[in-house]
Amino acid sequence: MTTETATENPALLANVSLAERAYRIRRNAVLMGEVQGQGYVGQALGIADVLAVAYFHALRYRPDDPRWEGRDRFLLSIGHYAIALYAALIEAGIVPEDELETYGCDDSRLPMSGMASYTPGMEITGGSLGHGLGIAVGMALGLKRKGSDRFVFNLMSDGELGEGSTWEAAMGAAHHRLGNLVNLVDFNNQQADGPSRDMLSAEPVTDKFAAFGWHVQRVDGNDVEAVRAAFDTAMAVRDDRPRAIVFDTKMGKGVPFLESREVTHFIRVEANEWALALQALEQGRPA
Amino acid sequence: MSTTGKEPAAAPAKKRLTTSAMIASIAAEGQATRPAPFGHALVELAKRDERIVGLTADLGKYTDLHIFARAFPDRFYQMGMAEQLLMSTAAGLAREGFVPFATTYAVFAARRAYDFIAMAIAEEKLPVKIACALPGLTTGYGPSHQATDDIAIFRAMPDITIVDPCDALDIEQAVPAIAAHDGPVYLRLLRGQVPAVLDAYDYSFELGKAKVLREGGDVLFISSGILTMRALEAARALEGDGIRAAVLHSPTIKPLDVATILAEVDRAGRLVVVAENHSRIGGLGEAVATALLANGRAPRFRHIALPDAFLDAGALPTLHDRYGISTDRIVERTKGWLEED
Repeated sequence: MTTETATENPALLANVSLAERAYRIRRNAVLMGEVQGQGYVGQALGIADVLAVAYFHALRYRPDDPRWEGRDRFLLSIGHYAIALYAALIEAGIVPEDELETYGCDDSRLPMSGMASYTPGMEITGGSLGHGLGIAVGMALGLKRKGSDRFVFNLMSDGELGEGSTWEAAMGAAHHRLGNLVNLVDFNNQQADGPSRDMLSAEPVTDKFAAFGWHVQRVDGNDVEAVRAAFDTAMAVRDDRPRAIVFDTKMGKGVPFLESREVTHFIRVEANEWALALQALEQGRPA
Repeated sequence: MSTTGKEPAAAPAKKRLTTSAMIASIAAEGQATRPAPFGHALVELAKRDERIVGLTADLGKYTDLHIFARAFPDRFYQMGMAEQLLMSTAAGLAREGFVPFATTYAVFAARRAYDFIAMAIAEEKLPVKIACALPGLTTGYGPSHQATDDIAIFRAMPDITIVDPCDALDIEQAVPAIAAHDGPVYLRLLRGQVPAVLDAYDYSFELGKAKVLREGGDVLFISSGILTMRALEAARALEGDGIRAAVLHSPTIKPLDVATILAEVDRAGRLVVVAENHSRIGGLGEAVATALLANGRAPRFRHIALPDAFLDAGALPTLHDRYGISTDRIVERTKGWLEED
C-alpha cells in the first residue's frame, strides 16, 4: 500500500517527515486564521496530525487531478474544519499556496465552511452536521459497484455523534458490509456550548461502534506514529466490517497558550497573538 | 356514559365507506388502470442505462420499486427505515456516477429528510430522482401520511425539479425524461393500479411543458397530478350543461411552463381555475397566480386545492368530497363561480 501510494503521488516521494507535514499544516492554518482575525484554528491545530497521516501516508491521489477516479475519497463532514483541510490541501499541492491569503474572503475558493463546488479536493458540502457518514455510505457502495478497491474516509467530530443520522449511517455501513469505509472521529471533547461529554455524551464511543458492527480503534490523535499505525490497521483489516478510528485530540495543539484557553470552539485570538502562535509552532517544529 | 357530551353516532344500516389500505388504488371502480407503471418504466430504462440504481427506505412494495428490485436485485439497495440515510446514500451513489431513484412516502421525504435532500443533493445539483408515493390527499390515514405540503416544501428548495404526473402514461414517460435531466427531481408517484387516462388524448409527457388536453371557451382548468384527471371528468360533466371547459395539464410544477400558461390565459376571457391535489398554500395555484401577476395578467381566477389544515382520516371518496376535489364538487363549484358573473 505504501509503495503504491508513493508511485501514485509524486508529492510523497519528497523526504519529509509526517511530523514536519503536520507542522506545515498547522502553520498554514494559523496564517489563514490571521487573514480573518478569527476562525476554527483550535480545531485545525488539533486535527493536523491526522490530516498529515491521511494526506502524506494513507490516501492515494493526484495533486493535479483532484477528481482522478483512482483516488481515495476524503469527506469533510465538519464544514467548519475547512481551514484545517485547506491547510492540508495546500501542503499536498492540490490548492495553490498563494490562495491561503484569500481564506474566507469574498469570491475566494476557500470559504469559511467547506463546500464541494468551491474548492478542488473538497468532496462534499459539509456543515450541516451529521451528513458526511451517510454520503460516505453511498460513495462506498458506488465504489464497490464499480469494482474499485479505493477507500472512503469520512472525518467527523465528536459533536456529530449526537446526530441521529450518524447512527443510521453506522447501521447502514455495517449492514452493507462496507469494508472500504473508514470513519475518522475527532474527539476533542469540545462543542459550541461546552465539553462534548456535558452536551449529549457519546461515551463509551468505541463500544457503540463495536456494537454497531464496526472495527474500532481509539488512539492519541496528536501522536503521529500512533495515528499512522491506526490508519495502517484500519486499511488492513481482513474482513468487511466498516472501520472507525476515534482520535483523542487537543484543541490548539502545538500552541501552548491556545491549548490552555478555556473557550476554544470558536477561538478568540488577539491581533498580536498570531505572530506568537507562529513562533510557538516554530519552537515545536521537528528537527 | 360519555363525559364529553359527544355520543358516538349509531352505526348506519348500509355498508359504510372504509379507509382503504394504503396499497389500494386511487382509481375509481371500473376505471381503466395499469399496474405499477413506475416500476415497469424503471425496469425498461435500467435495461438500457447501467447508471440506474434503486433505493428505498422499507417501502419498496409500496412505491412499486419491488418490480425493479426483482428485475435487478444487485442494483437495488434496501436502506431500511432510515430516510436520512436513504437520501445521503443516494447522494453518494450519484457522486460516483450513478443515477439513483430513491423512493419513500412523500411526507417522509419532504418533512423528515428535508435537510439531506437540500444539502447533500440539491445544493450539489446531483442527479438523484426522489419518487414518492402518497402525494397530497391520496390516503385516508390522516396527517402522518398525507403529504398536503410537499410541493410547497420542495418549491422553496433551489435547483430541484418537481413533477406531478396525472396517470400511468404520464409516469411511464416521465421516468426516462427525469432520468435524462442532469439534476435532482422530485416525482409525485402514483402506485399500484394507476388510472390510465391520457391514452385517449393526443398527449406525451415533456419535462418542463404544460399541454392542452382539451379545448373550451368558458373555463380554463390549469391542473396537475390526479386533479388533471378530475378536471377532465368535470369538463365532460360541464359539457352537459352547455359549459365548455379547457384543460391545461402542467405536470412540471417547477420550473413552471409560464409561456404556455400565459398564452392560454391570453386566449379569450375564460374563468381560470387552478386545480391541484395539495394545500392551497405554496403549490401550483400560487405558482400560477404569481406568474400571471408578474406578467401583467389578472384574469378571473379561482383555486381548487386542499385547505390549510391537517386533514381528516377516512375513506378517500368521502375526503375528496369534503375538501372539494372530487369531480362532483369541482363541477358544482365551477358552475357557482360562473354564475357569480
